Amino acid sequence: MLTGTRSNENIRFVDSWIRYINKHTEAAPLAVFRIFFGLMMFGSIVRFWANGWIDKLYIQPQFFFSYWGLDFIRPIGIYTYGIFLICGLSALMVMMGFKYRLAIITFFLSFTYIELMDKTTYLNHYYFISVLSFVLIFLPAHAYYSVDAWQDPSKRFEFVPTWSIHALRTLMFIVYFYAGLAKLNSDWLLEAMPLKIWLPSKYDLPLLGGLLQKEWMHYFFSWAGALYDLTIPFFLLYKPTRWIAFGFVVIFHVLTRVLFPIGMFPYIMIVSALIFFDADVHKKILGFIQRLTRVKLDTFNNGKMWAFASTRSQKMVIAILSVFFVAQFTLPFRYTLYPQELFWTEEGYRFSWRVMLMEKAGYANFKVVDPETGRRMYVENGRFLTPFQEKQMSTQADFILEYAHFLEKHYQTKGIRDPEIYVESFVALNGRRSQPFIDPSVDLTNIHPSIRSRDWILPFKDDIKGL
Amino acid sequence: MKKLFTLFLLIPLFFACKTEGPVDPDEPVDDFNRQSMLAIWADQIIIPYFQNFEAEMIELQGQTTTFQSDPSSENLADLRQSWLDAYMAWQRISMFETGKAEEIGFRNAMNIYPINAVDIEENITNGGYNLELPSNLDAQGLPAVDYLLYGIGENEEEILSKFANPAYTTYLVDVINRMVALTATVVDDWEGGYRDVFVQNSGNSATASVDKMTNDYIFYYEKFLRAGKIGIPAGVFSGNLLPDRVEGFYSKVYSKMLFMEGLDAAQDFFNGVYADGSDSGQSLRSYLDYLNTIKDGEDLSTLINNQFDAARAQGALLNDNFALQIEQDNTAMLSTYDQLQMNVVLIKVDMLQALNVNVDFVDADGD
Repeated sequence: MLTGTRSNENIRFVDSWIRYINKHTEAAPLAVFRIFFGLMMFGSIVRFWANGWIDKLYIQPQFFFSYWGLDFIRPIGIYTYGIFLICGLSALMVMMGFKYRLAIITFFLSFTYIELMDKTTYLNHYYFISVLSFVLIFLPAHAYYSVDAWQDPSKRFEFVPTWSIHALRTLMFIVYFYAGLAKLNSDWLLEAMPLKIWLPSKYDLPLLGGLLQKEWMHYFFSWAGALYDLTIPFFLLYKPTRWIAFGFVVIFHVLTRVLFPIGMFPYIMIVSALIFFDADVHKKILGFIQRLTRVKLDTFNNGKMWAFASTRSQKMVIAILSVFFVAQFTLPFRYTLYPQELFWTEEGYRFSWRVMLMEKAGYANFKVVDPETGRRMYVENGRFLTPFQEKQMSTQADFILEYAHFLEKHYQTKGIRDPEIYVESFVALNGRRSQPFIDPSVDLTNIHPSIRSRDWILPFKDDIKGL
Repeated sequence: MKKLFTLFLLIPLFFACKTEGPVDPDEPVDDFNRQSMLAIWADQIIIPYFQNFEAEMIELQGQTTTFQSDPSSENLADLRQSWLDAYMAWQRISMFETGKAEEIGFRNAMNIYPINAVDIEENITNGGYNLELPSNLDAQGLPAVDYLLYGIGENEEEILSKFANPAYTTYLVDVINRMVALTATVVDDWEGGYRDVFVQNSGNSATASVDKMTNDYIFYYEKFLRAGKIGIPAGVFSGNLLPDRVEGFYSKVYSKMLFMEGLDAAQDFFNGVYADGSDSGQSLRSYLDYLNTIKDGEDLSTLINNQFDAARAQGALLNDNFALQIEQDNTAMLSTYDQLQMNVVLIKVDMLQALNVNVDFVDADGD
């Protein structure tokens, strides 16, 4: 009897899952998302290029910090511009929905390549773009109001699977909610750190500058920020509060734009949040766009529903995305597998939507010892690293290790057969006094890069409570 | 759609209301006035020290002319004294490599050492040299004068006999004239419009005056005071003792004096001590103290001052002649280096974090 009930329940669950997978909704939100996403990405690439950052960040440095196991991904000299060109063009094609599948795959690959070339420039925002574009590969974002569907009526669909829009909403939910969870710690809530360091230095802002000196403002911003991140996805999901929530989205992101050097990200988040609105809002947006493009929206309202070419491809896509989302939900918690303080060691810190949580400054003084002669010397980091790279390197253990291995090779070419590399390093975290960071007695050339816990990081002499 | 547009239009309004409301017009915008700190830096520290240096340089130029017309032993002694006075005054301004000084590469033209004695001798022998060439940077400046006044002969007699050759005095005059001209360029700029530009650029960005000056200060401390005067000759970066890399190598006995003056200059600037010593004003120290009242942290400025004092105490034990000190007992040099190094951590890590100063030229996006 018992097994019978369970299998009935299982069947019911599978039934409703299949029903959900086959449910359709209007395609307009997906089309608007595609258009704005492509436009924003194109703008980001142009901005990056125009600021001269390709040269500064990817051509000039003589050494690049790689992600673990991905050290074959690095800038390719002057051809790096080509990657950016490809990335920008594919973003435009995504926007137009022209050869969409090819365009979005190209965009995902080129953008992710750029992101992985040097982890000095790691930003959660860039990771978010990679994640979004990966998901977009599997969504029929070109079914409606795209060049593809305009040219070929057989590719034109007024309705798309509901889950495709839910997938994007889920990503937005994850970014906000996990960013909120990450703020539930004693530094953020009880000390108002690091905002207490950052906000007073914005004294030259008109009107706000004076207020930002006040301690209560630091606490207000900390608590309001945490509350915003934790609750905004729910208010966006709930129809009666959606408009007001969107108003908060705009205010919040414009404010972060004013206060922090945060680039295109606020605008990307604002337009992405439109995905929570019903199709009629998106149809109005498309109505506005059709006045510019002179491609009639009505052409696409053919009552047809988009479906997978085969059940096999449907199963495959659903399986890929399911695994992907499970990973998205669990990956940010991988830090719990490491024994030491997360903010101190940053083991499991990246790719977890931990945004603006820390102010870290560091100093790393590398000592090279020739064991054969006993000769020892210190390294001038400026000879090998840009100021930006040195800044990032000096507070992050994986950078320090990678750099130490680079130094080992460098001094081998300078005639030291088996150099030992030690580092005397200090890190200050969220306004605390600087403390010794890496064990200065450890020869870093004997440590191999891995994702195992780094016992060569000295313990953090304080306690940060919370998630 | 209309709703959406209205919303976008309303945002700026909302902003304005939100921020305007609680500001009391009588209340100062900020409890720490960066602009008045910049004014003190410019008017009480930077400009007076530059003017003092310029006066010493003109004095040196005058002594050189006297020496040129009469290369006597007394005149050489006077010339050496005014070179030393100028070199000491230089220690007070070396860190202010901003504005015109940065533009013309003032520090590189004034104080690159070790100089290249071979180049200098070739310039003198061949004539027709161009001191504006980058390749001649190590054949001019105060260290080149050090060489000319102390290094071209084994003893005073030999040196004076060298100066019997007018090519030597001409080179000396040319080197000093160029330094005087460069100094005038920088001083004129400060006395002209640059002072106001500097003081008014009180914002918060990598190019604002406070950020820039703080970066310049740290750069000076790390590279020229810690490494240049102590670390490099003591072999910290090469593993080899390099006693010929000390400042004032040819005159021998002044390397410690020059270092101690540079150390005092760094500490005095940190504390905002006026050039005339009469008073002290807003400074990195008082800025740190002000920020400390907000975050109730450790008394960083005292720690930094204590560390300056510790470095000075250690430096006081050194021989007047650093080259000799390195050859006889380099560990004393290394101990001084260690004391200086500890302050790098306090200044570069703790102070920079507290001030939230933008690190030089890092203008990429943040998270």
